Amino acid sequence: MNFTAPESLIFWTTLIFIVFFFLLKKFAWKPILGAVKSREESINNALESAENAKKEMQNLQADNDKLLKEARAEREAMLKEAREIKEKMISDSKELAQAEGDKIIIKAQEAIESEKKAALADIKNQVGNLSVEIAEKVIKEQLSDKDKQLKLVESLLGDIKLN
Amino acid sequence: MVIAQKSMKLIAVLIFAFFPLIVLADNGGGHDDEKEFNASELINGHIGDSHEFHIADWDGHPISFYLPVILWTDNGLTVFSSEKFHHDNSGEHVVEVNGEKLVRENEIIYYADKYSKLSEDEKGAFNFDARPLDFSITKLVFSMLLSVLLLFILFTAVARSYKKSDKAPKGLAGFLEPLVLFVRDDIAIPNIGEKKHAKFMPYLLTIFFFIWVNNIFGLIPFFPFSSNLTGNIFFTFVLSFITFAITCFSGNKDYWKHILTPPVPKALYPIMVPIEIIGIFTKPFALMIRLFANITAGHIIILSLISLIFIFKSIFIAPVSGAFVLFMSVLEMLVAALQAYVFTLLSALFIGQAVAEHDHH
Repeated sequence: MNFTAPESLIFWTTLIFIVFFFLLKKFAWKPILGAVKSREESINNALESAENAKKEMQNLQADNDKLLKEARAEREAMLKEAREIKEKMISDSKELAQAEGDKIIIKAQEAIESEKKAALADIKNQVGNLSVEIAEKVIKEQLSDKDKQLKLVESLLGDIKLN
Repeated sequence: MVIAQKSMKLIAVLIFAFFPLIVLADNGGGHDDEKEFNASELINGHIGDSHEFHIADWDGHPISFYLPVILWTDNGLTVFSSEKFHHDNSGEHVVEVNGEKLVRENEIIYYADKYSKLSEDEKGAFNFDARPLDFSITKLVFSMLLSVLLLFILFTAVARSYKKSDKAPKGLAGFLEPLVLFVRDDIAIPNIGEKKHAKFMPYLLTIFFFIWVNNIFGLIPFFPFSSNLTGNIFFTFVLSFITFAITCFSGNKDYWKHILTPPVPKALYPIMVPIEIIGIFTKPFALMIRLFANITAGHIIILSLISLIFIFKSIFIAPVSGAFVLFMSVLEMLVAALQAYVFTLLSALFIGQAVAEHDHH
């Protein structure tokens, strides 16, 4: 190949390349690379914020789930408590009723006892009165006769001894 | 869309199919039947540089895009149009400008009086006694300016589209942004590291697109493209030198310490230190050679396949050559992207080595 003029090509290549390099650097590469970089950053930011939003959503979901679970547990607890209260109330009232009934029964028994006693006393009185009346009548009848009076006294005396 | 794609494919196929014809025109075929066809001359002419941009031949006359010739002669700066040489490349036509008599032979401009005394061995681009310093806007420089202009328009348009909206990119930005991100995510960050890559991103992006676009330009077989810029060793030298300079200037203490006091027994220093120091230079040197060789080889293969038609002097070779050229051109499209990637990747790797924070072991 012919080397027309090495100095020409070396000179012009160096000059043109250096000028070209600085022109392109200023007017092309910097704006292009800058734009590409800023776009990449904005894309990354967008992706990141989307990711964050997703995470937040997941957190919210988790919170919701937690709340729901808590609410369910609370409901369960409340129901259980209510059931316990109900049972307790029932058992309490049963006991109370039992006690009251017992009391009433005791009172009734006492009343019956006292009535019985009163009735027995009354009967005794009446029997006593009747006996006295009978005795009076008998005595009245018997005292009309002297022998009979003596016999009676003797028997009465015998009774006393026996007592 | 499908129709548009199909017609695009058709156009691409047609371009490659007519590629031999374009070269035929470029070679000035037809008008010089008595002259023996010289494939190496044709190939050298195509992969080399020139002062004017040859478009086609018409009716035996070359049609060229004349580029300015800028010389630093003994009489100072001299600027004139390459038209003045009248397409002469044999050192016969003398051009008189600014009090200097100049001739051109094989795309090298000499002082006329000194040229006549030169032997064949003394001729060449490195004989600075016999020729003025040449800072011409040559075909390759022109094509480089074109690629720079295209890239600048494309990427400033993309940058503007980002100012308008910060939504997902579409259109041009949608097409170019993945490439920018590719350079960042697959070249810069893995090799330099998340922390430090940002500083080197502009350079890596610039060389990636610069090399890629110029590789592609070289594959388009008509004016104003078709120049073999990335297959020129001086061009690749400058690029790899810049990588070398960046590597050296951004190299941290660990990097230099590793080179000057490598972690080997002291007895090995006389061997290891020179090897490490040579290593600083071989890495960018490999970059330079790799890009130059790959692109030049691709051009040579394509041109050789086309030359087959003229060597066999048979039209029946044309379809075979055309098919191979089509195949090679598609392959070269891949190589164009691949070599831009490799150059950028290795630059990133070297920079990454220079700025890496080593764990002290």
